[in-house]
Amino acid sequence: MSATGAAGLAGATGGDRLRVAGSILRRIAGVFVSVVLTFLGLTCVTFVIGRVVPIDPVLAIVGDHASDEVYQRVRAEIGLDLPIYAQYGRYLVKVLHGDFGTSVITSRPVLEDLLRVFPATIELSALALVIGIALGIPAGVIAAAHRGRWQDQLIRFASLLGYSMPVFWLGLVGLLLFYAKLGWVAGPGRVDTGFDDIVEPVTGLLTIDSLLAGETGVFWNALGHIVLPASILGYLSLAYVARMTRSFMLGQLGQEYILAAMAKGLSPARIIWVHALGNIWVQLVTVIALTFGSLLEGAVLTETVFAWPGLGLYMKNSLYNADLNAVLGGTILVGTVYILLNMLSDLTYPLVDPRARRTA
Amino acid sequence: MIEGEALPQPPGLRAWLLVTAPASAWQARLGRWFRAWTSFRRNGLGIAGLAIVLALVVMAIAAPLIASPEAVTQQALAARLQPASWAHPFGTDELGRDIFARIVFGARITLTIVFLVAAIVVPIGLCIGLPAGYLGGAVDAVLMRVTDIFLAFPRLILALAFAAALGPGIENVVIAIALTAWPPYARLARAETLTWRRAEFVLAAEIQGASSLRILRTQILPLCLPSVIVRLTLDMAGIIVTAAGLGFLGLGAQPPAPEWGAMVSTGRQVLLDQWWVATIPGLAIFIVSLGFNLLGDGLRDASDARGG
Repeated sequence: MSATGAAGLAGATGGDRLRVAGSILRRIAGVFVSVVLTFLGLTCVTFVIGRVVPIDPVLAIVGDHASDEVYQRVRAEIGLDLPIYAQYGRYLVKVLHGDFGTSVITSRPVLEDLLRVFPATIELSALALVIGIALGIPAGVIAAAHRGRWQDQLIRFASLLGYSMPVFWLGLVGLLLFYAKLGWVAGPGRVDTGFDDIVEPVTGLLTIDSLLAGETGVFWNALGHIVLPASILGYLSLAYVARMTRSFMLGQLGQEYILAAMAKGLSPARIIWVHALGNIWVQLVTVIALTFGSLLEGAVLTETVFAWPGLGLYMKNSLYNADLNAVLGGTILVGTVYILLNMLSDLTYPLVDPRARRTA
Repeated sequence: MIEGEALPQPPGLRAWLLVTAPASAWQARLGRWFRAWTSFRRNGLGIAGLAIVLALVVMAIAAPLIASPEAVTQQALAARLQPASWAHPFGTDELGRDIFARIVFGARITLTIVFLVAAIVVPIGLCIGLPAGYLGGAVDAVLMRVTDIFLAFPRLILALAFAAALGPGIENVVIAIALTAWPPYARLARAETLTWRRAEFVLAAEIQGASSLRILRTQILPLCLPSVIVRLTLDMAGIIVTAAGLGFLGLGAQPPAPEWGAMVSTGRQVLLDQWWVATIPGLAIFIVSLGFNLLGDGLRDASDARGG
């Protein structure tokens, strides 16, 4: 995202190690500054959201029968008499310490709740991402290689369908078809109730934990549960990954080095899958990071449909119970992961792409 | 202009539209639209998308002619959860309401949301992107930094938090989506402005003493609009799906309003036995969002072809 690197030292030669190192440092500093600013922006928004709620937080604590004196004292205790920037400062310090307040429903610290439910979301999103990448990149490459022909049309149409589908509807149709009618997969939830709490969480990812514990019964049951939501999310990310891969590949295939490789007599397969694909990994890293981010935020809907006990379901339940601490805590968590994914894709640029390493 | 009058004018509307030396700005504008249309017309999928979107608009406007307004909220518990029949083409829901009528009137809610979001997002994006691109320097740096911050926000989650704080309702869904959807427009407007900033006609206007505001409004804004419109059409699908998602979570229009996402949500309880209650409103969301995607794709291809 930041232009600092690209505008840097285009003419650096191999000897100018110091200047190259300096420019990489400057790039990292630029990314870091933008991450900090974005994080401040995010907390600003959640702070404002927390303030515009038409509930008097003091009244919520003292009740409406409290005397004016008690009211004022509590108001001062929770810092509402401070100027707004000082209140934001206090809020920021709390957030940085991982203090998102207490959840009204579970009466536990929100952070504790978030950490408990987050692995389930990660497990689902990661599997979906793997499916999306494993199918989406080849699909995009094939579409680009057969530009304008039926393969291209087919893949383009399939990804357009994926683009247009509301995930919650596709999830319901999937449940109806593959669970209720055909019985191919297990229903909502993460495992059948009979398999609950057999495996002690180590990583928090049930499929991996069950394998580590040697509980194959739990593993197969969990796999039966995750396969449908992961495939559906995988299809939706496939749509995006394939579309982007196609357009990146088209950009490469129009270049002269492809022509040179063809003139040299290399096989088309080698040119497409090694030469051209090799040059778009950098751009794909960004796409993959963004896909993962959108999977995390889409979790609210998918997890509601599949009763998947992750972050999304937790946020949705908090929402229904007006548990604003939990909702805002979840927002900050997802937002932070989102920002970090953006940063990661910015920083991996020079690692994956030798051109960026040399000239950036 | 003098040359245009000297040349013999071939007769016919088509020729009048395609004339290389239009006699008025009005004719030139129509001619440009016509050229865009001829290149768009060849795209079968784009036309299909246009047809879907037009059908949606007609359905929303003519809703009372297609279905009776009473049927939207009229409950008939004796006739609840009926499968499709002549009286109820899409069956009835858990309160015996006609799903067909609810879908038809739900189109109004969907279009309202889309229209309001567009009416907020485009002006914000232009107000930020145009000055950033034209003035450059510190203004650009600050405005784009703000845009980048908003761009890095998770859209659905933030919309959810907004809606949670402000309370459910269409207005809040619109505000929530708009607040997270404007940054791409600012970037787009800035990029377009950068390509025109040094153009001769802009310099000419500057020499004549036109103010920055006037140059942005009369010279640069009209050139940005086509790509903004294409982008908006492509975004519509996302806006519809996000709005439906918020409706599904119970944050959108409140019952008994026939909001499609909320209809899917209530249909979930009877999904396994009466599949149509949940799936048909979902199908409506899908078709409309597909329509906007196809239309946007077609428009983009047409504008790419024009640009070279």
